[in-house]
Amino acid sequence: MAPTGDFSLEYAPAPESTAPVRLASQYGLFLGGEMVESASGRLAPTINPATGEALAEVSVADAADVDRAVAAARAAWEGGWRDLPGAERAKYLYRVARLLQERAREFAVLETMDGGKPIRESRDLDIPLAAAHFFYYAGWADKLDYAFSGRRAAPLGVAAQVIPWNFPLLMAAWKLAPALACGNAVVLKPAPTTPLTALLLAEVLRDAELPPGVVNIVTGDDAAGAALVAHPGVDKVAFTGSTEVGRAIGAEVAGTGKRLTLELGGKAANIVFEDAALDQVTEGIVNGIYFNGGQVCCAGSRLLVQETVADTVVGKLQRRMDTLRVGDPLDKNTDIGAINSQAQLDRIAELVASGVAEGAELYTPQCVLPERGFFHPPALFTNVSTAHRIAQEEIFGPVLSVLTFRTAEEAVAKANNTPYGLSAGIWTEKGSRILWMADRMQAGVVWANTFNRFDPASPFGGYRESGYGREGGRAGLLPYVELVA
Amino acid sequence: MTDDLLSNCRPILGRVTDLLAVQTSAGSADAVAGVRITPVDAVGLEQRAASLCTRSIKTSSKAAALDLAIRVMDLTTLEGADTPERVQALCTRARHPDAADWSVPSVAAMCVYPELVPVAAKELADSPVAVASVAGGFPAGLAPLDTRLAEIAWAVAAGADEVDIVLNRSAFLSGRYQKAYDEIAAAKQACGSAHLKVILETGELGSYDQIRQASMLAMVAGADFIKTSTGKIGTSATPAVALCMAEAIRDMAEQTGRAVGLKLAGGIRTAKQAWHYLVIVGETLGSGWLTPERFRLGASSLLNDVLMQRAKLLDGRYQRREDFSVD
Repeated sequence: MAPTGDFSLEYAPAPESTAPVRLASQYGLFLGGEMVESASGRLAPTINPATGEALAEVSVADAADVDRAVAAARAAWEGGWRDLPGAERAKYLYRVARLLQERAREFAVLETMDGGKPIRESRDLDIPLAAAHFFYYAGWADKLDYAFSGRRAAPLGVAAQVIPWNFPLLMAAWKLAPALACGNAVVLKPAPTTPLTALLLAEVLRDAELPPGVVNIVTGDDAAGAALVAHPGVDKVAFTGSTEVGRAIGAEVAGTGKRLTLELGGKAANIVFEDAALDQVTEGIVNGIYFNGGQVCCAGSRLLVQETVADTVVGKLQRRMDTLRVGDPLDKNTDIGAINSQAQLDRIAELVASGVAEGAELYTPQCVLPERGFFHPPALFTNVSTAHRIAQEEIFGPVLSVLTFRTAEEAVAKANNTPYGLSAGIWTEKGSRILWMADRMQAGVVWANTFNRFDPASPFGGYRESGYGREGGRAGLLPYVELVA
Repeated sequence: MTDDLLSNCRPILGRVTDLLAVQTSAGSADAVAGVRITPVDAVGLEQRAASLCTRSIKTSSKAAALDLAIRVMDLTTLEGADTPERVQALCTRARHPDAADWSVPSVAAMCVYPELVPVAAKELADSPVAVASVAGGFPAGLAPLDTRLAEIAWAVAAGADEVDIVLNRSAFLSGRYQKAYDEIAAAKQACGSAHLKVILETGELGSYDQIRQASMLAMVAGADFIKTSTGKIGTSATPAVALCMAEAIRDMAEQTGRAVGLKLAGGIRTAKQAWHYLVIVGETLGSGWLTPERFRLGASSLLNDVLMQRAKLLDGRYQRREDFSVD
């Protein structure tokens, strides 16, 4: 049917310069406003997942360091932070937000180097949104007395915050901004594979002249996180990460009087009705599952398509997947960067193999993966049954399972057929159906005709095994305050 | 089939789909039983279009991209003040856009008003450059149908290889889809062997949904190309509109096997805009569409910017505007 094209577009390698980033060879802990060595002096490398090479060595905190961090936080809190007027606390938060914006390029490049996510995402989403969270909660700091009608909001004390590796700086901002706005002091524990932007944030906090000890950052492995969560001097624990660890934390904290919020895994349904705008649906599915290589707790990893358009949607999707560019995360044309770690890559590969073994049909586009580093091509499974592991377990990788449905009731039943309940997507041109579906989704966030959209004013959090507590919006203040008469 | 009062009360989408189903199933042997039209989500469409405009093209690929931009160009002059002399001069440029460098390829076509078709046809007689004429009551398309069809036939008889007509927006926007459809089908007949490009005038259609439906309607009615704009109103081609129409063309090809061309026109002045459009078409329809048989850029001032960028790429220096012809 065609004259074949006599021209094909080739995109240039367009690597973002790493010039704005100045890496130290070793990093200490941020305690009491200073960068200090860990008690044991132990260091561990942090790897650039796109190359497999070490970027720097970072301190591994132990129980003694956690002890120092909690003590520093307690001292700062009792020494004045808890009594500071909200308007004064807000000034620091506004300053942090502006400094983040000023150094946005540096943060974006470093985030991509340390975590492997495409620069397009760290530049356009992670860093601007992190700054937006500080701006947003700065605005609440002097209005807490009006946030909860008739009740005064008092700070809790010292908050222990343990954050994941998929959005390192953004998760730090989600945790720090509301805690500080409400007048708490914090000990933050970044993930072992992605500590660098949190440590750069320490510089920003110092430049903002935040009183020493109000925020302390301890890097290290899971043992450091466990020591922090179990520390008796902590009043509040906030954790984002896997359901398995979240469950252990829940058990640990039970009966101690510590407040707890958990933001855990997900297996979100992205539900497409036949009347939806199918070309934009295709983009939305791609954004839902291949954004950050699918390493997103709210990723739309289960696609539910109405049977009448299933072939059309899968065809469009496969065609679109063929144009996805996998490779150097620092390249501005890259759509899918590196998987965060070898361990994560292994887990993804294992689950993909299980999908094939259980009889689902795998599609991956022809794409050349870089020789070094941890990469996984975008993957799509059809002929998936709800009983398959790939339809039940959180894969946390660029792997989509496609299921079909015939009626809206069936879509609801299948969407809710998971122990998780973090997010869901609904695609239809019919407004009444969006509302009908959203009412029945057991998920903390329901997106309509879009996916993976975040805003500091919008609460985010889960149902069931996806955790409890909300981050963002007015609801995001609640985990950090005691309501008093 | 049309009752205007009723048409305003019924979902437009269903009605265009129904109409096209009837038309395609009643048509020739290779037609299929209906084409499906999917709605368009404006937010998602504009986001995708914006993200495509951030792709950066390889330097080695840029030279080829600029040559392609020239090869798919419909060099256009549609002014009341056009003279035979101006058209003659433009025809010379159409064959050899850069008088000093004959390695520069010819443009695809020279696009003029019917009155000047004989001039252009004479000038381009043994050249690869096609003669395109606007016709059919351009730019509003509101002359009586007989007059419009006669104008098309006249332009073709005078030497036009390609005819650019406008969709009857009055009919389309008031829900008289059958009328809009029949007029395009009649225009296609009047064209004979000449290629028919149907201008949707997207700036007047009001929504991406309507653009998508009008695209499908024009294609099923027989358009060889669908085209964005006349260039005679304020709003013309935009990346999102180009993407919307490219997606309609992709659906048409997938559902019926027929490959329809895309012409973007109006407001395209810079080489950078041109390669944004190349990226949109290339990523949406594949490289099979990056050829003059299936893709055109209608423009008057674009050529000089492309030549400037081309010269810059070759010798590393920017040229002065004065070094290029003003026509």
